[in-house]
Amino acid sequence: MKTSVSTLALAAALSLPGAAFAQDKNVKIGVLDDMSGVYADVGGQGSILAAQMAIEDSGMAAKGWKIDMISADHQNKPDVGVNISRQWIDQEKVDGIFGVLTSSVALAVNGVAKEKNIVYMNSGAAASDLTNSACSPNTVHWTYDTYLLANGTGKAVVKSGGDSWFFVTADYAFGHALERDTTDVIKANGGKVMGSVRHPLNNADFSSFLLQAQASKAKIVGLANAGGDTTNAIKQAAEFGIVSGGQKLAALLLFSSDVHSLGLKMAQGLQFTETFYWDLNDGTRAFSKRFSERMKNKNQPTMVQAGIYASIIHYLKALDATGSNPHDGVKMVDKMKSMPTDDALFGKGEIQPNGRKIHPGYLFEVKKPEESKGPWDYYKLVATIPANEAFTPLDKSTCSLLKK
Amino acid sequence: MFNISTQALFAQLLVGLINGSFYALLSLGLAVIFGMLNIINFAHGALYMMGAFCAYFLLNVLGVNYWLALILAPLLIGGLGAVLERTMLQRLAGLDHLYGLLLTFGLALIIQGLFQNYFGSSGLPYAIPQQLTGGQNLGFMFLPNYRAWVVVFSLTVCLATWFAIEKTKLGSYLRAATENPTLVRAFGINVPRMITLTYGFGVGLAALAGVLSAPINQVRPLMGADLIIVVFAVVVIGGMGSIMGSIVTGFALGILEGLTKYFYPEASNTVVFVIMAIVLMVKPNGLFGRA
Repeated sequence: MKTSVSTLALAAALSLPGAAFAQDKNVKIGVLDDMSGVYADVGGQGSILAAQMAIEDSGMAAKGWKIDMISADHQNKPDVGVNISRQWIDQEKVDGIFGVLTSSVALAVNGVAKEKNIVYMNSGAAASDLTNSACSPNTVHWTYDTYLLANGTGKAVVKSGGDSWFFVTADYAFGHALERDTTDVIKANGGKVMGSVRHPLNNADFSSFLLQAQASKAKIVGLANAGGDTTNAIKQAAEFGIVSGGQKLAALLLFSSDVHSLGLKMAQGLQFTETFYWDLNDGTRAFSKRFSERMKNKNQPTMVQAGIYASIIHYLKALDATGSNPHDGVKMVDKMKSMPTDDALFGKGEIQPNGRKIHPGYLFEVKKPEESKGPWDYYKLVATIPANEAFTPLDKSTCSLLKK
Repeated sequence: MFNISTQALFAQLLVGLINGSFYALLSLGLAVIFGMLNIINFAHGALYMMGAFCAYFLLNVLGVNYWLALILAPLLIGGLGAVLERTMLQRLAGLDHLYGLLLTFGLALIIQGLFQNYFGSSGLPYAIPQQLTGGQNLGFMFLPNYRAWVVVFSLTVCLATWFAIEKTKLGSYLRAATENPTLVRAFGINVPRMITLTYGFGVGLAALAGVLSAPINQVRPLMGADLIIVVFAVVVIGGMGSIMGSIVTGFALGILEGLTKYFYPEASNTVVFVIMAIVLMVKPNGLFGRA
């Protein structure tokens, strides 16, 4: 699957023959995501579209840049992701990899990006390890992470009285990171964790796990999973009378595509944290309108797809400011860290020295069916978490890039 | 690890029985198809998924409720199965198993790809029918009414199928046609039509399981792909083509998996395959298979 916007760019480049020789204005972007599995609605084709829109909106073609994009499906398997990355870098000469949902794949690609010195901007993976123990001078972690989810949702739930928790956790890097970070927040706010159970990724039946959660008598059943796992768990929790029995569900990671798939009747009242929602302000609405018109199923963008758009915009801005593509990952990431970020979707922000992109987070609640005014009118804003509180404070980050 | 309460144990046994119902229904369809047609039907998961989607569209486009969908979806998808058999599978009759396997595997990938292209991966919602919402507090667990219905209904269907094939005259025709199609034909029985209908019936069972699971899981294009591998393991353990074997192993493995989810949840999606490996080494024809 190859998409090229090169024809236009080439025409533009040919019209400036003098400049083309002096500077290298060729860029190749790779979008690596789950295209066919359990997270394909969170990323998938929408990720490719978001990247395409970013390339078009950047206006780089008019300035003589030739930007190519390729994309692939990592199937949520770290080994597949690593193989594609290596092939892209060695044979396709890719300058940067974008997207990469699924923390286990994201962490594996993180290593390849560092070894081969390319730009790696992750939008989709949750594990906060990417800017802590596994941080790298080649990596920018854009959209959200487990620290934000724990702090946003976890804190709000504990403060509203949900002080005893039982975790239903996806058994891989992401679930473990989310459970760990949320547990820290619960304990710091005076709550306690009564137990947890781990389920395989892409699990259809949650009844065993939900029964254990029910037996624990914890006030809150924390779902440390994502995508289809979360929607199935929520649906079956209703069936087993978890909520009617007095326990509450906390979906620690929920995407707009999940809410869409569950329907408001099933999802109403859930609180969760995101950094982007299509109906947040004029900038997000304008982008989302253009986006959904070009999506085959007319879906609104998820925060992961929005993050891919915004991260590519920032990367291209940094390239433009450099003037010529150095084909050097560390150099470009340093350049991006030195420039403040500003885009219509996430507002003004910055990239911290450990690679963490910071911007505000939002605590949302799913509307009741009668409150929704139309298709995709799903969230109401409960609280805004300011950018400087949303992510790991630098003095607490364990990233080795930070000199202490 | 072993200090568990009997309450929790009973609850897990019951949950296992519920999952076992799906394994049993699906592996039964596979066993019928393999036993009668000698086809390893890899498209079974995709047809199960289509059953669920069929129920979804019957409800949301035509306003047909769950109960009617329970009858209509298997008929529609079973009819589609009969068409597949007539147009494609029939051409492979008498060839090596491998050809049928490859054809049905290819069909499964095409069907799933098409559905995913149009409906995405997160799936569509399907609510539990009004009459079966709520549940019973059994003391040791909360049993949703719908799950109880699934167990009772699928057990009935499984036993009725077993009875029809092993104990009735029609069943004896079927079994005879498998043994020696030429001879049965000589008695004036339309063997090709019988085979087509059998395949359609097996597919209908898969669609039925799909409708049953729609209110429990999201209706997703990959719901069958995730399940079918386990179901194949069930069929192999039970003995390829053995009707009773597939029913008993379906329920037994569901229970075993439920117990694993309690004792060591990380292994819950591998335990079936461990059992399969052991059974294959000790009894290569499966627990109920005929050598």
